[in-house]
Amino acid sequence: MYEFNYHRPASLAEAKEILAANDEAKIVAGGMTLLPTMKMRLAQPSDLIDLSAIEGLDGIKDTGSAIEIGAMTRHADVASSDVVKAAIPALAKLADSIGDAQVRNRGTLGGSIANSDPAADYPAAVLGLGATIRTDQREISADDYFLGMFETALAADELVVAVSFPKPKKAAYAKFPNPASRYAVVGVMVADTDSGLRVAVTGAGACAYRATAFEEALSSSLSAEALEGLTTDSADLNSDLHASAEYRAHLVGVMAKRAVQSLGG
Amino acid sequence: MIKNGMGAAVRRKEDYRFITGNGQYVDDINRPNQVYAYIVRSPVAHARLASVDTAAARAVPGVVAVLTGADMATDGIGGLPCGWGIHNKDGSPMAEPGHPPLAAEVVRYVGDQVAVVIAESKAIARDASELVEVDYDELPAVAGLVAASADGAALVWDEAPGNICYDWEIGDQAATEAAFASAKQIASIDVVNNRLIANAMEPRSAIGEYDSGKDEHTLYTTSQNPHVIRLLMGAFVMGIPEHKLRVIAPDVGGGFGSKIFHYAEEAIVTWAAKKIKRPIKWTAERSESFISDAHGRDHVTHAEMAMDENGIFVGLRVSTRANLGAYLSTFGPSVPTYLYATLLAGTYKTPAIYAEVKGMFTNTVPVDAYRGAGRPEASYLLERLVDRAAKVAGLDPIEIRRRNFIQPDEFPYQTPVALEYDTGDYGAAVDKALELGDYDSFDKRKAESAGRGKLRGIGISTYIEACGLAPSNIAGALGARAGLYEAGTVRVNPTGSVTVLTGSHSHGQGHETTFAQLVTEALGVDFDLVEIVHGDTGKVPFGMGTYGSRSAAVGGVALVNALEKIRTKAKKIAAHLLEASEEDIEFKEGQLTVAGTDKAVAFSDVAMAAYVPHNYPLETLEPGLEETAFYDPKNFTFPAGCHICEVEIDPDTGVVDVVSFTAADDFGRVINPMIVEGQVHGGVAQGIGQALYEQCIYDESGQLMSGSLMDYCLPKADNIPDFSVTTSVTPCTHNVLGVKGCGEAGAIGAPPAVINAVLNALAKYEVDDIQMPATPERVWRAIQSAAK
Repeated sequence: MYEFNYHRPASLAEAKEILAANDEAKIVAGGMTLLPTMKMRLAQPSDLIDLSAIEGLDGIKDTGSAIEIGAMTRHADVASSDVVKAAIPALAKLADSIGDAQVRNRGTLGGSIANSDPAADYPAAVLGLGATIRTDQREISADDYFLGMFETALAADELVVAVSFPKPKKAAYAKFPNPASRYAVVGVMVADTDSGLRVAVTGAGACAYRATAFEEALSSSLSAEALEGLTTDSADLNSDLHASAEYRAHLVGVMAKRAVQSLGG
Repeated sequence: MIKNGMGAAVRRKEDYRFITGNGQYVDDINRPNQVYAYIVRSPVAHARLASVDTAAARAVPGVVAVLTGADMATDGIGGLPCGWGIHNKDGSPMAEPGHPPLAAEVVRYVGDQVAVVIAESKAIARDASELVEVDYDELPAVAGLVAASADGAALVWDEAPGNICYDWEIGDQAATEAAFASAKQIASIDVVNNRLIANAMEPRSAIGEYDSGKDEHTLYTTSQNPHVIRLLMGAFVMGIPEHKLRVIAPDVGGGFGSKIFHYAEEAIVTWAAKKIKRPIKWTAERSESFISDAHGRDHVTHAEMAMDENGIFVGLRVSTRANLGAYLSTFGPSVPTYLYATLLAGTYKTPAIYAEVKGMFTNTVPVDAYRGAGRPEASYLLERLVDRAAKVAGLDPIEIRRRNFIQPDEFPYQTPVALEYDTGDYGAAVDKALELGDYDSFDKRKAESAGRGKLRGIGISTYIEACGLAPSNIAGALGARAGLYEAGTVRVNPTGSVTVLTGSHSHGQGHETTFAQLVTEALGVDFDLVEIVHGDTGKVPFGMGTYGSRSAAVGGVALVNALEKIRTKAKKIAAHLLEASEEDIEFKEGQLTVAGTDKAVAFSDVAMAAYVPHNYPLETLEPGLEETAFYDPKNFTFPAGCHICEVEIDPDTGVVDVVSFTAADDFGRVINPMIVEGQVHGGVAQGIGQALYEQCIYDESGQLMSGSLMDYCLPKADNIPDFSVTTSVTPCTHNVLGVKGCGEAGAIGAPPAVINAVLNALAKYEVDDIQMPATPERVWRAIQSAAK
């Protein structure tokens, strides 16, 4: 790890001041991506701004129509939350499938979606459930948020404060984990929501995306059979040591069907 | 039976220390005035070092020294030696290029050592290392067996044309050809034995220290065999005589073979510590381990089995190319030759066998022994081939094995590939495994799996291995440049407690427990009054260390022989104390009794008499009670067994799930069944890892793609089923303990059982081959191509 200055501001305003004053500063939430990258000397921030002392950034709230989760809420807390389990069990299950126990105890929702790793799990939930991302400046709809590999709609000085997940009628997440890292090789969230049927895919492409053809098919018949014969074009999909683009394309279909099958009543 | 003696499932003495964080590993040791080393490693697979400029790094505050290969050459430091010479078919010696600890002219793999930065802290050393300016004049690289064997391939070494280190053979070629000419049916197979990275939990570490007053060196190192390191580094690299070099391998957190070898970093810190007159510590980072620890396996093989009309094997021919990496690691050349092809008879009576092996240089990390070392490669090849032979012959896989097994009354059995098996009962192990694994009701379980949309398969392997390395004269005739005996000293202390000094080294095996059990068994001394000392050349007699499942079969026997000497002397002392004749003394459970009387003396009183010899036969007997034995084994030992694996495959994704694993192993007599079972669990887990998950991947340019645990998939707890483990014992006939060795068996028997199970599960798709690791994508593709 290279040397860096460490800050632990007590307020968002202070965090932003430090961020503005240092070109090479980086925000750290759980640090589950950033710290390993720094340890391998692949990142060299001048300053680390740790958000963990800022009050009000974590916690889980039932707002009636939605579950709002603070950006600094740890995956383990989402996974074990009775509120989440009651309203959106698929979201709790997704959080419980992230990485390993150590990662779940440190990693945060805000950190995950601000990083937008193509193989992260949370983006599938945010996009699949049609969540709203609340930042210190505005609200961003999930559909406008994920722009590309490690690329989001967040401005350079913008911080995620919370994510509001509308309660779906039903939802399910099916994941094919990378056997080594347990990241998603492919993860598919299927949600029957008030605003329609949504299918979001993570792991397969540059960032989480909606599988619109799947959504159309499932809108007419919410059954795994409705997805028979639908294929996914592998042209733009990721290919790495663990899965070729062609295999990922196949898995998108399989995981979508499995998610539908586990939607339950 | 004596409490905590032979055969007792005693809990491990050492575990309290380990699980309470009180182990003392090399990196836990800090010496006064210590500094830290960071190794600058080549980022390219093959290059000429046009220049190495250390000025900027040396100028960093806190940097003590920056040393290069040129400095080493100036000081006359030698190359890392290879401990086993192999000869070509024509009798000429293998190509044996030099291996400087710091490269001076050419780097030959990503990770090759270029310079060492020594500083007041690890962080300063690491920071400064980035200022060492190395001008790499890149050369074409060959990163695998295919590339290295191609016509016109770039050469790793000019002195090894075609990148061939050796072209070796074993067996009777003419007899084998004749067998094939008369064969009624032939099965053939092509297999790749995937390259693995050991990944011991504790990364390697070394501390070099020099005492200028006494002109003495001390090396603390993560080694499985400190005396071997002292011998190799002292005599061949540094020119330090043994009495001026102490090597200490304290608690070591797993080795799996990767800590047998003499590594460059050991020589670098020893050399540099004298130069700068301060102790120097180096500890590998995990990603550094990936590119600096010797890798394992990496074979490509074609083999054919000739059979008569009844499926009886009449001939086997094997052609293997083995990747040795860029340099010859300590025992690298022996692994794909004498530790591999000598096992190709397996448990079968194949009368004619011929194998040829080309050892190849590539621009990759050196390859050497990894849990099983050659024997997993032999077992995987043979047990896959036997399954295929069963198919060709139209026989059940178990039936074809039974038809070809060496029978219990046929031992000792001389194989056509050099080894003489002393004993075994392969059919008995199969019977036990079939019963324990409930083989007969497999169809029921298969139907149940099918009901859930899963393909269930069952696979078997009936492996054999050679352990207890080794009769020194035989090993020497085969090219070993060291002896392979073991040493043990039993020091009975005046009050009757016992200190054992052993040349074996425990890095997970549990010797502090099992060796204490041997002492308790022999002397009746309370188990808690026995201390096992190992891993320090300044304390223990010259021993060859722990690898090849040799600790019990060689080190344990040396210890038992020393204990027998103690027993003999104790009887003499007791005879004097009890005023009886020595022949009348019985020594049982810690009491020495005059036979047929109630006259007795406790062993602890005998010990006291030996050290306070007031009433003692001083004219005929030396005082003291300490004995040493060196033991050179008469033969290898031959553990064997039957492993049965059941898998479930998800046909939609190709995911293979190991749902049950049964092992019936013949390790000879067992000292501690709990420890043996644990060894089987660990070995099978690694075997499952090789079969389904682990794959070391280089790209064409020689960059390691699977260079972290995010990409190199070690099996995890949820990948491993509950095991059903039992033993099927035939005691070894040529050592007094009757033990054979258990450390590697799991990693040897499991991979073919797993892959045979996968192929069995895919039988309806007529998939007849799948390479390790059988990843989900490979399995899915196999199903897809069969469906077409």
